[in-house]
Amino acid sequence: MAADGCGAPDQAASPAGVDLTTQVVLAGKVLAGDQPVGGAFVRLLNGDGDFAGEVVASADGDFRFYAAPGDWTVRALHRTGNGQASVHADGPGLHEVAVGVS
Amino acid sequence: MSRDNVLVSAQWAEDNLDAPGVVFVEVDEDTGAYDGGHIPGAVKIDWKTELQDPVRRDFVDQAGFQKLLSEKGIGNGDQVVLYGGNNNWFAAYAYWYFALYGHENVRLLDGGRKKWELDGRPLSADDVKREPTNYVAQAPNTAIRAFRDEVVAAIGAKNLIDVRSPDEFSGKLLAPAHLPQESAQRPGHVPTALNVPWAKAANEDGTFRSDDELRELYAEAGLDESRATIAYCRIGERSSHTWFALHELLGLSDVKNYDGSWTEYGSLVGVPVALGSES
Repeated sequence: MAADGCGAPDQAASPAGVDLTTQVVLAGKVLAGDQPVGGAFVRLLNGDGDFAGEVVASADGDFRFYAAPGDWTVRALHRTGNGQASVHADGPGLHEVAVGVS
Repeated sequence: MSRDNVLVSAQWAEDNLDAPGVVFVEVDEDTGAYDGGHIPGAVKIDWKTELQDPVRRDFVDQAGFQKLLSEKGIGNGDQVVLYGGNNNWFAAYAYWYFALYGHENVRLLDGGRKKWELDGRPLSADDVKREPTNYVAQAPNTAIRAFRDEVVAAIGAKNLIDVRSPDEFSGKLLAPAHLPQESAQRPGHVPTALNVPWAKAANEDGTFRSDDELRELYAEAGLDESRATIAYCRIGERSSHTWFALHELLGLSDVKNYDGSWTEYGSLVGVPVALGSES
């Protein structure tokens, strides 16, 4: 109902206008081996394992979350397989994480 | 209320793609996914441009809903099967509109687009054209829609269910973690609200949890079934998902969705706001 809904922005576009001095950005690629996998459902879980957000990875496997400092798990679901990876964010900035699916 | 009357499985959907009187409708905020490939024969509804009032903060009115469904080729007697991305948030929101405007035969596709894609079921990029109809919408049923004054009056008197993530509930985040965090309203939650994130009502593949699991989830959170319930989130679509679980799947009789949700409540002057993880 607000001007902007709750859907995720384009995951392939660079986060123009995002202030990396204040925003905690968790971003990376979904991979099978060393090849990017597009279209996976990427879920962000907090330190307690609770769901915090979900996006669909771009055709090149890119995903991005805006979070808060702490420990996070990124879990990817794809018709070819699932996988997950952990990432720690100690503060604002870009925190990169790759997630393998098999 | 039986689950079979409100939900269909992906297998049922695939078996009934060509069934007469069944209309599949994909509902999303970003219809790019539909354009790239949709359930064969499904029409699309754009949540942002077709279901919202273009000027005021409100959704499509009775006349607008009637016109929209007529143009989409949906008849009053059709069985409408709604699905979409984001774990069916926008499809659940649309389901709530269909219920509000009195459509008798409407279902959600369990798991939505995600389950369909994870199963590797067929998608089609073909244009879908249906003959226009003369759809007649009923007057809005406000028994399932809550407004702000009702929410303030419900503090300590009704079940308030805040379905946002724990970090949004406590005030640590103002929006879900896939969105940038700038926002005008104050962080926090409505005092006495129980935090039961919508995602707890869903499995990882987007399907709803079983009735027994749902009943246990809300009972453990402290929902009092003898009281009326109002669900809210940030803009009202995740809470439609929970409204669906409580009203349609569990059959609780007095459940409303507060579509103004936190973007309205958190901007109101003078209302009480609670911070932290406690209700």
